[in-house]
Amino acid sequence: MVKLALKVNGKAVSAEVDDRTLLVQLLREHLRLTGTHVGCDTSQCGACVVHVDGKAVKSCTMFAAQANGSEVLTIEGLATGDKLHPVQIAFREHHGLQCGFCTPGMIMTAVDMIGRYDGKLDEQTVRHELEGNICRCTGYHNIVKAILAAAGEMSGARKVA
Amino acid sequence: MTDKGIGARVLRVEDARFITGRGHYVDDINRWGQLYAYFLRSPEAHADIARLDVSKAKAAPGVVEVLTGAEVKADGLGGMPVGWGITCKDKSMSIEPPYPILAQDRVRFVGELVAVVVAESKAAARDAAELIEVEYKSLPAITSTADAMKPNAPQLWPQAPKNMCFDWEIGDKAATEAALAKSHHVTRLEIVNQRLIPNAMEPRAAIAEFEPGTGQLTLYCTSQAPHAARLLLGAFILNQPEHKFRVVSPDVGGGFGSKIYPYAEYAVLCWAARRLKAAIKWTAERSESFVSDAHGRDHVTVAELGLDKDGKFTALRVNTIANLGAYLSAFAPLIPTYLYATLLAGQYTTPAIYADVQAVFTNTTPVDAYRGAGRPEATYVLERIVEVAAREIGMDPAELRRRNFIAPNAFPYQTPVALVYDSGNYAAALDKAMKLADYAGFPKRREEAKKRGKLRGIGISTPIEATGAAPSAIAGQLGARAGLFESAEVRFNPTGSVTVFLGSHNHGQGHATTFAQIVATTLGVPFENVEVVEGDTGNTQFGMGTYGSRTLSVGGSALYRACEKIIDKGKKIAAHLLEASEGDIEFENGVFKVAGTDRSKTIAEIAFAAYVPHDFPHDRLDPGLNEQAYFDPTNFNFPYGAYVCEVEVDPQTGETEIVNFTAVDDVGTIINPMIVHGQIEGGIVQGIGQAMTEQAVYGDSGQLLTGSFMDYTMPRADNVPFIVSDFTVTPCPDNPLGVKGCGEIGTIGAPPAVINALTDAIGVRDIAMPATPQRIWMALQQSGARQAA
Repeated sequence: MVKLALKVNGKAVSAEVDDRTLLVQLLREHLRLTGTHVGCDTSQCGACVVHVDGKAVKSCTMFAAQANGSEVLTIEGLATGDKLHPVQIAFREHHGLQCGFCTPGMIMTAVDMIGRYDGKLDEQTVRHELEGNICRCTGYHNIVKAILAAAGEMSGARKVA
Repeated sequence: MTDKGIGARVLRVEDARFITGRGHYVDDINRWGQLYAYFLRSPEAHADIARLDVSKAKAAPGVVEVLTGAEVKADGLGGMPVGWGITCKDKSMSIEPPYPILAQDRVRFVGELVAVVVAESKAAARDAAELIEVEYKSLPAITSTADAMKPNAPQLWPQAPKNMCFDWEIGDKAATEAALAKSHHVTRLEIVNQRLIPNAMEPRAAIAEFEPGTGQLTLYCTSQAPHAARLLLGAFILNQPEHKFRVVSPDVGGGFGSKIYPYAEYAVLCWAARRLKAAIKWTAERSESFVSDAHGRDHVTVAELGLDKDGKFTALRVNTIANLGAYLSAFAPLIPTYLYATLLAGQYTTPAIYADVQAVFTNTTPVDAYRGAGRPEATYVLERIVEVAAREIGMDPAELRRRNFIAPNAFPYQTPVALVYDSGNYAAALDKAMKLADYAGFPKRREEAKKRGKLRGIGISTPIEATGAAPSAIAGQLGARAGLFESAEVRFNPTGSVTVFLGSHNHGQGHATTFAQIVATTLGVPFENVEVVEGDTGNTQFGMGTYGSRTLSVGGSALYRACEKIIDKGKKIAAHLLEASEGDIEFENGVFKVAGTDRSKTIAEIAFAAYVPHDFPHDRLDPGLNEQAYFDPTNFNFPYGAYVCEVEVDPQTGETEIVNFTAVDDVGTIINPMIVHGQIEGGIVQGIGQAMTEQAVYGDSGQLLTGSFMDYTMPRADNVPFIVSDFTVTPCPDNPLGVKGCGEIGTIGAPPAVINALTDAIGVRDIAMPATPQRIWMALQQSGARQAA
C-alpha cells in the first residue's frame, strides 16, 4: 500500500492504494472520475490521456504513486464551470466524435499539442501528433478539423487579447 | 417550420456529456457491494482438459467463488444459441455444435472460457486465477480457411465431417456455367478477404445483478440489441423469465457488429450473480477482446466473370470457403450466405450468377458480423474482378462499369440472386465522383509524380449493398429464427414535451439527435423538447436493436408511424375541443386547425388537454397522447456509391499515401448531413484499414499472433487523408422517410477502390490485403525482376 497526496482538477486529494494501482485506476475507481477511459492494455490507444504537471501522459502507463505530489488535469477539469474549453466546443461543432469513447483522450491530447505548438498547427502536424490516439468511429476526418479550428480560434484569441 | 428538422445540420445533443467526460459507459457504472469477475481463458487452440483444479483459487484471499464447466452442466444451463439455420444444397441443415458457456472437457480456440473467479476486487480475482491448475492435452489445430476441408486437417466436430458447417448455393448453376463457356472472355481471380478484428474502442463489459427479494436479474452490458440479449440469454441459456430480467445497454463505445449478440461472459456473469445473489462486474482487457470478440470476414474465394465482345457481363461464378471459427456465433451462418452472395449482382445487369459457399469450423475465434457483414466480401470480389477484367480487355474501368450498370428506369430490379433493388442512378453517382476526383486529370498527375520518383495509381469501386434488415417473412423463409421489425413509442408529457422510446440502440450514430429531428419536422414539437430513450428493456418496448444500417429505415419508419398515430389521436382531441368534425381538422407545423377557419390548437395544447380531459366524451375519446408503432419492412433498401481512390507509392520503401479518396454515396433522403458524412468517413477509414493495415493472423499452433494493438495495425490519423464525401439523393420508395442505411457502405466500398488504385500504381494484376509497405515493395521487386528477366 502507498499513501498519496496530489491535486486533481485543482482539488487536493489524498488516498491510500495498492502499490500496483495505475493512475487511471486511481482516477476512475477511487476518485470516481470516469471521464478518462481505458481502451487497451499496451499503451497504444490514448483513451486514457490526462495532463500531469502540464504534460499529456497516458494514465494507464504510470502508477498512481508516480503522480504523488503532482497536479493532474482530467477531462472533467477542462471546462471552467459552465464555460467549455475551445477544444471541447470545436469537437462538438465539427462532429469530431461519434461513440465518444476516445474523445476525452483526444481532447486532452489536442489541448496539449495546441499548447506545445502555440496554436500553429497544420494538417500534417496534427495527424502526426495524433499517432498515439486511436479512433474507430470517425476516421479522424472531423477530429483533425476540430483541432485545427480550435487551434486557430485559440491563437486568434491570443492575438486579440 | 423548424430549422432543426429533417435535412438540417443539427449539432448533436449527445456530445454534451461525451466532451465533458460524463458519458455513462458500462465500466463507469458501479453497484453497491459489487464483486468482480476474472475469466480464465484457454491458452490452447485445441486441447482436452485433462485436469482442472480450482481448489487453491477458491481458497485465495478475497475470493467468493470459482466456477467451471462442471457447474454449468450440473445446473442444466443451455449453450449459446444460433439465430439462423442454413439449408444446404442437399436439403440438410447447417451443423450446430453445442457451444457451452464454460468449456466442457475440450477447448477449441485460444481465448475460450474455462473458468471464472468471483472475488471482492479485480486484483484478488486476477491473482486467484493464477492459482487455477489446468492440465491440457494438446490436439492438432487447424486455423487455415483454405485447408480446413482437406483430408488431413484436424477435425473439430465429429458431426461435421471435413469441418464443414454447411454447403450452400444460390443462383442458376447451369445457366451460369453455360454462359461462361460461351463467353468471349473470362476473367478469373482468386481472392482472400482476410480476417479482421472489429476493435471498437470500448472493450466489452457487463454487470449482472440478482436481487433475491424480487427474483429480478439485471444485466448492464455493452449490447447493440438489449431486447434480443434478454431473449437469447433468458430463454435459451439461463432459464430466466423475461419478465424477471432487465437488460440495460447504456452509452456504448462503438460496436460495428461485435456487440450485437450476447456473449458467453454475460451468460456466466448472470448465472453466477443468480447463484451468489450478488452483483458481479467484468470489463474485458483489450487482449481479451482480441480473442473473444467475434472476428470478421475470413473468406477464400475463386471468382470467374464472363464478358461478351462488347464488354457486357454474361455470367459470374463464385466459390467461397468461409471460416466461421470453432463455434457458431449467433448470426454467423447468415453472413457468408444471404448477406454475401445476394449482393453479387452489384450495380450490374449480369444475367446469370451462381455462388456456392462452404462454411468451415477451425480452431479460431468465432466469426460473425463486422461492419458490412458479408457485403464487403461480395463487393471486394465484384469490384476487383471487374477492374481486372477491364485491364485484361483493354477497356477503361469506368467505361466497363457504365456499360453494365442497371439503368435508372429499370427499378424495381430483380437480380439473379434473390434481391429486388429499389431505386438508383448508378451512372450519375459515378459521373459525379469522377468529376470530383478529377479523374480526367489523372494522367498528368501520374506523370508529375513519376518525375519525383513516385508511382501514382487511380482506382474505382461502385459498391451497392442491402440495408434495413429485414422483412420478417423473407427472413423467416431463409432461416431466421427471429423477426426483424423495429418499434417506437411517442409519449407526450402533459406540458407538451415528448419522450421517444426506440427499440434500437445508439453507440455512436447520433440517434438522440436524428430522431428528435424527425419528431420536430413530423409533429412540429421544438427539437429541444424531444428526448430519445433507447437501450433499457425495463422501459422500452421490444425492438431488434441496431446493426446492418437498419435503424433509420426500419426504426425511423416505426417512429414515423407512431407520429402518424399521434396526429390521428390529436385530430380527434382537436375536433372535440374545437367543436368540429374530425374530417375538418388539418394538421401542419404542429398546429391542428379547422379547415377554412382560423380556429386552431397547438400540439402542446392538445397534449395538455389529453391529460386534463375534464370534458372528454369518455365513451368515444380516451385521455392520453401516447402511441406505439412497429414497422416490418417490405424490402431491404439499397444504398450505393461510387468511390475513386488515388494513391502515390514510394517504390523504394513500398510506403503508400492515399492522396485522394472521393466518395459519392446515395443513401436516399438525408436527415442530418453532418452525421451521415461522419458515418461515411468513418466507414471508409475502416475499409482503408482492411485494404492497407489490418489482419488477424494465427500461428500454426492456433495462437493469435496479432493479439494487441502493437501487432494489429489499426488505422491512425497519419495513415489516412481527409475524405471527399458527397451525395446524390434517390429516395427509397419503400419507407415513409425515403431513407436508406448509411453506416456501412464506406467500409464496403473502400477496400476495392484502394487495391484497384494500388495495383494500377505498381502495375501488378493483384495484391493481397492488407497491402502493407512490405507487400507492395515485394510486388514491385517481383514484377521488376520479371520485367528485367
